[in-house]
Amino acid sequence: MRVFVILVIVFGLLLTGCANQGAPAPTGHPPTDSAYIENKGSDTIVNLALAWAENYQKLHPQTRISVTGGGSGTGITALINGTVDIANASRGMKAEERDTLIAKGNDPQEYIIARDAIAIIVNPANPVDQLTLAQLSAIYRGDITNWSELGGEDREIVRLSRETNSGTHVYFLESVVRMGNSDDKTIFSANTLLLPSSEGIISEVKENPNAIGYDSLGYVTDEVKLIAVSSLQNPDEFILPSIATVNNNTYLISRNLYMYTANPPTGAEKDYLDWILSPQAQEIARGLGFIPVIIDEVSP
Amino acid sequence: MNAPKRREDPVINAVIRISGYSSILFVLLILFFLLREGLPALASTPLKDLLGTRWYPIEGYFGILPLILGSLLITIVATLIALPFGIGAAVYLSEVAPSWIREVLKPLIEILAGIPSVVLGFIGILVFAPFLRKFLDIPTGLTAFTGAVLLALISIPTIVSVAEDALNTVPNSYRQASLALGATRWQTIWDVTLPAAKSGVLTAVMLGIGRSLGETMAVMMVTGNAPVMPLQLNSIFRPIRTMTATIASEMGEVASGSQHYQVLFLIGIVLFLLSLSINIGASIVSTKARKRSERLLS
Repeated sequence: MRVFVILVIVFGLLLTGCANQGAPAPTGHPPTDSAYIENKGSDTIVNLALAWAENYQKLHPQTRISVTGGGSGTGITALINGTVDIANASRGMKAEERDTLIAKGNDPQEYIIARDAIAIIVNPANPVDQLTLAQLSAIYRGDITNWSELGGEDREIVRLSRETNSGTHVYFLESVVRMGNSDDKTIFSANTLLLPSSEGIISEVKENPNAIGYDSLGYVTDEVKLIAVSSLQNPDEFILPSIATVNNNTYLISRNLYMYTANPPTGAEKDYLDWILSPQAQEIARGLGFIPVIIDEVSP
Repeated sequence: MNAPKRREDPVINAVIRISGYSSILFVLLILFFLLREGLPALASTPLKDLLGTRWYPIEGYFGILPLILGSLLITIVATLIALPFGIGAAVYLSEVAPSWIREVLKPLIEILAGIPSVVLGFIGILVFAPFLRKFLDIPTGLTAFTGAVLLALISIPTIVSVAEDALNTVPNSYRQASLALGATRWQTIWDVTLPAAKSGVLTAVMLGIGRSLGETMAVMMVTGNAPVMPLQLNSIFRPIRTMTATIASEMGEVASGSQHYQVLFLIGIVLFLLSLSINIGASIVSTKARKRSERLLS
């Protein structure tokens, strides 16, 4: 019995300890000023969103922003379920997602917050330097299976892709595998490896000379080789991805990055989204390898 | 019996009884939840689609066959690898090793059991997969075999510690009788000790299979997750996709109640039924074994 009583006391102490920690620490600000923004979604955007959140919180110490990844679909689902304030997405919101939000009585808002190039990467030991969009599509459809068909060594091609919950996956399917043709119902070859993270793709490509992968330009390291890609219109002109070639629209595989709110934002949320579109925040995006949206004001 | 009845006895009894019943309750609740979320998939998706060979849910391909075969393939291969090592290590620890070696090895194996599978997954990606690719000259090291080896590593500690406990419960008189009849040490282990501990050893193996079937993280990291039908001879050295990895990587994205969500829960039901049938099979075999040994001993 005595042990039981002691346990109760210890447990009670633990509980009160938790309560003390959980209570807001006393600060100089009145509690009405403080705001909390929950931000979740695309893994492509997560580093950028973190950098923005850090910088914004330095300027506005009363606002707390929590940033998590998980994929564009995950973020939008969380927005629909009402568990986040701002969803990050590397693809546009689908019609059925928008309809679900509206059916729940919301008025979803879309912000284009930066642009991003999808780089095609191979192992540095791979002699192939350039591919046409049609060749890329044939590789991922499974029509081309050996590097020798592309002027490389006699090696089986190992196709790498992000998982299907990634906005990058959906974008790549629509604009590369299907080459922008919305009537085309082709899907990835079944033996495409679906890796759960950007890092997984980079580490397999840098280790394996058979592999080809795609990833956001901001994540590409020096240990892998970028492939120059040509458009359907100019199949002889091969372009490497960079901020300049995305801005002058010569590098094809680039897209908009989005943030979504369930309703027109107010207060701290609105202030944060306005700040993200400011030249200062867009310069942070450029520093991380993304392409700023307000080109006229930021570019020299 | 004559001891004074203490006041806390009824309380403690109730607490213990509730703990006992709660596990039944939890299993039933989980089963109910799985069925409620997963069975509608059979209504919303034609059986012909579910038994298709292509899994690409964002475009409406819901064939779960490659996932079931993928899980079965790596579980079987992992068990084939883990069985000789696991039972061998248990026999060594219990029957052969001097006591000081046992004192050192047993805690080490228990530490091995405590390594998080994500850590083994990292080792698999960074060390084992590249090695396997070069050693076997295969296109990529992210294969079913890589996953199976990691699963074997994960399940061996479970098999060893449960099987060793089972061997330890075999009365010493059995061994002495066998040796006295002129059997060698090996004959004693193989024909007397192991058969006597059969039901415990079988439980160990079944627990190991259960761990392999249910393991998610390490498998997701090293098998490449390509939903291929593993029907060729070389399929074991090609990427595959398991049921657990599919549920883990896709559940976060789906809208609750959608067709994709229901099919993912249906996969959960399939997994549940598989491990249930393994457990039932194990208990049938072990009760049979017990009856036979009881007959022999009586």
